Amino acid sequence: MTSQDTDRLMREVFVDTVSAALDRDPRIAVVTADISAAAFAAARARHPDRVINVGIREQAMIGVAGGLALTGMRPVVHSYTPFLVERPFEQLKLDLGHQDVGAVLASIGGSYDDPVWGRTHQGPGDVALLDTLPGWTVHVPGHPDEVEPLLRAALAGDDRVYLRLSSRRNREAHPTGGFTLVRPGRGGVVLAVGPTLDAVLEAVAGLDVTVLYASTVRPFDRAGLRAAVAAAGPEVVLVEPYLAGTSAHEVAEALADVPHRLRALGVRRDVEVRAYGTAADHDAVHGLDAAGIAAAVRALTG
Amino acid sequence: MATRELAGLFERMTGDEKHEWAAASTVDVLWVLYDRVLDVRPATVDDPDRDRFLLSKGHGPMAFYAVLAAKGFLDPDLLGTWTEFGSPLGQHPDRVLVPGAEIGSGSLGHGLGLGVGTALGLRAQRRQSRVVVLLGDGELDEGSNHESIALAARLGLDRLTAVVVDNGSASLGWPGGIAGRFAVEGWHTATVDGRDHDALYRAFTAEHPGRPSAVVAVIDPGEWG
Repeated sequence: MTSQDTDRLMREVFVDTVSAALDRDPRIAVVTADISAAAFAAARARHPDRVINVGIREQAMIGVAGGLALTGMRPVVHSYTPFLVERPFEQLKLDLGHQDVGAVLASIGGSYDDPVWGRTHQGPGDVALLDTLPGWTVHVPGHPDEVEPLLRAALAGDDRVYLRLSSRRNREAHPTGGFTLVRPGRGGVVLAVGPTLDAVLEAVAGLDVTVLYASTVRPFDRAGLRAAVAAAGPEVVLVEPYLAGTSAHEVAEALADVPHRLRALGVRRDVEVRAYGTAADHDAVHGLDAAGIAAAVRALTG
Repeated sequence: MATRELAGLFERMTGDEKHEWAAASTVDVLWVLYDRVLDVRPATVDDPDRDRFLLSKGHGPMAFYAVLAAKGFLDPDLLGTWTEFGSPLGQHPDRVLVPGAEIGSGSLGHGLGLGVGTALGLRAQRRQSRVVVLLGDGELDEGSNHESIALAARLGLDRLTAVVVDNGSASLGWPGGIAGRFAVEGWHTATVDGRDHDALYRAFTAEHPGRPSAVVAVIDPGEWG
């Protein structure tokens, strides 16, 4: 896939795609809690009843989404990662899941897109938290061009979808859907999720390993992983841009009858990193930079 | 009205004497709503233009189930299966399991947000349906309600009614009264005797153009003994 929108942020693609969908589909409604409300101002002027800003009220934001869905609407809810998933977590569980209704949740900020804001604005536990609830599809695009196809499919459905937008990105976009074979190898499999792919490719340059790419982690493409392991060997390195090991149980299920070894990289669970700086600084702390990934791959497959 | 019949339905769940039925704080509010106010019947439970009743205070749902059975939403024979494995009727209602239940509830502080969203969805679809959410005074302790109280008024949701059954169960109380919490945000409010059917009816049918309506239905805590 070629890159068409090299300079656009994922959030801009999100706003444009949803704004266009509002014009086309009367089911679509947007609910914000101040964050990005201004970006939807033009859409709100056209659709004042379907672009709703609730102020800084995240519990109400999800409750409103649940109520909209109960009337047959397709709510799109958006905020910074911790304020979308962590603060109103019980609303996600009860106002969406327990009511048996859906919504499209789109977060920005990733795990630590801009660490100058500190711990309060970091959300590395988002996917692990949603993983405690049934019925969620989780997309982790690694390039702005991957956002529109994932989002358009989500808007057309009525299920529960989480779209994890980030300012981190790979140089090139890849097809969405199941796991994509980026490069074949014979000495094990590295599964790169979302924006970690470029660091993975840099880390494994010169190593004979298969690289798979995932922009969707729930459902987890178990068949894709099994096929890759069958061809390349049962050493698996999972590289996720959120809490380390979030998908380890999926790998275990996928390879339940295959003796295998797994190393799961991601945001560390053992410490709260009380530091500011850049996202690259934090990648290094968590072993998610090319050097850290290379060391882990060599240790497992070498 | 059919209080005697309701009491009989209630006893099929509780197996208890009538005093427990009489003590149910929500029964009169529920009966007035389903008997005289809400435009919803078993035949219209899937009609997008039906009125919606959202039981936010999901604890103690026996009166709700009894009213649903009396009005034909629920097979009265199901009441005897209450809380059994495989029964649709639990200690908290589940909308997926209970015919006529608009939401599943139990954890406090969720119904009003869902009600605001429901009212917004109906407004976006140009429907005139009413949305009535029943809360308890203790439930108002949950901060999520206060997000929704402010929001509903700011958005001018005039098809939304919150009825707060006030039996004085909030541990720390609401000094100055419950209605004031709504009034200060711009809601139309009425505080009435929660056992007085005509007063409840008048409160539920009062005009409140441009803003939501809060009805505080006061139940004498002394009734609880």
